[in-house]
Formats: sequence, C-alpha cells, structure tokens
Amino acid sequence: MQSETKSRVDQLTTPAGHAVTILRFEGDIASTSKEAVLGAYQSLPKETTKIVLLDFTGVDYINSSGIALVIQLLIEAANTGQKVYCFGLSPHFTKVFTMVGITKYAGLFPTQTEALAAL
Amino acid sequence: MSELKTTTVEVRLPTRLGYEKVAMSTASAVAKLMGFPEDRIEDLKTAVAEACINAIEHGNRLNEKLSVGVVLRAEPDALEVKVIDDGTGIGKKPAKPDIDRKMHGEEDPRGMGMFLIQALVDEAEWVSGLDGKSSYVRLLIKLDKDAE
Repeated sequence: MQSETKSRVDQLTTPAGHAVTILRFEGDIASTSKEAVLGAYQSLPKETTKIVLLDFTGVDYINSSGIALVIQLLIEAANTGQKVYCFGLSPHFTKVFTMVGITKYAGLFPTQTEALAAL
Repeated sequence: MSELKTTTVEVRLPTRLGYEKVAMSTASAVAKLMGFPEDRIEDLKTAVAEACINAIEHGNRLNEKLSVGVVLRAEPDALEVKVIDDGTGIGKKPAKPDIDRKMHGEEDPRGMGMFLIQALVDEAEWVSGLDGKSSYVRLLIKLDKDAE
C-alpha cells in the first residue's frame, strides 16, 4: 500500500567549492524505508563524505516512523562529524520537521540551488 | 456543500501498515468538501495517519484479524474524526519528544505520533473502551481555527 522508497546518490560541488553528497528520495518515507534511507546513507564512504544533502523533492508522504529514520541518520552523521541539510520538503513537512526539532541538527532549504548557494 | 448539515462517513481499514493512507485520502476529501484551506487539510492528513498507525501498531498490535474504524463527522463548523481500535487504550501519554535526548541516544528516535496529533489539530483526546477494547482517539479540527 505504501509507495516504495527509492533513493539514489549524486555528487556535486557547491559554488564555494565544497564537495557535497546528495541523497535523493522518492516515494513514501515510512517504517518500510529503512534500507532506502539508512542503508543508502550507510553506504556512503565516511572518509570522504563531509556534507550530505537530503533531497525530499520526490516525497509526498512522511510519517513519524519515517521522521525517526531521518533522526537516526542525523545521529550517525553527528557521530562521524558530517553536516546534514535538507531541501525539497513541502511547506507542511517543513513545519513538521521544525515542530519535532530536526532544524536544530539539519538546516532546511527550499531548493537544491538555495542549499548549494548557502554552503 | 454549503449549508452543510452533520454528515458522517465511515471507513474500515485492515490492520496493516500503509492502509492509513486510505483514511488520509478520505479525510482529505471530506475536508475539501467542507471548505478547509489546503494547509489545514495537510495537518489533518498527518494527524489522521498517525492516529491510524497507532491503532494498527499499538491498539490492534498488528493483528490482521482485527480492523480499524475511522468515523468522520462533518459538522457545520468542524470535522470530528474518531479512530477506533480493539486495544485497551493508552496508559499515560508519552512525554513530549525531545530532539536533544533523541540525538544523544537517551530517548527512542520514534514516539512522535501522539505529539504530532496534538500539535496539528484543535482538539485530541484518547478514550479507553469500557469493556477493555473499542478504544478510540477523537480529533477535532475547526473550520475557522480562531473562532471560539
């Protein structure tokens, strides 16, 4: 019933010259999304990945179990000294992420362009 | 749907994660007919989804022989949603989630459903069934949030 979560990885460089890794999600983010969210994140090389952008542009539905997966990702990133940012959230999920306090540990940007420009 | 009288819509969901989206879609359709603005419909959809997930996971304990009832009652000035399961209800409400405690491993990263429900609707109450089952959560979302 839930739309399967897909994820893929892109590597880009910011206008300021920083290498960033973008994890792009598509579909629903729910309890069934562990592999697509945490698995995809854990497959990134820890030595070279310093900045991670989470792209939610293709995500329509995130429930509390999905938010918990994002928090688990943030915990692992904090433990390895990586910075995490999000973009592409709808206004509603921007509000929800703010309400649960994710913005304290991951900056939110409306678009990829705005995120890259700010980093 | 102007001059709306009280109208009731009922949905019965299987106890299976993912089917909360059926309740979300139904609640969204009823709220649209009632004239709710888009941002309030999004709030309602998340609150209804979390209520159904709680009913499926905690109320019915993922027992597929049971079902989850969703009753939407459209009144002239508000939409009431009851999500009914066969559990005994909640003992006590969990504490408000604390992102710092979660990040430091002192609190489970999960456990935000009830907080989201309370934060996104105008009223939320959890009622334990008298017979030890048929517990429900009742949500109310007002058409004009500021009208009292």
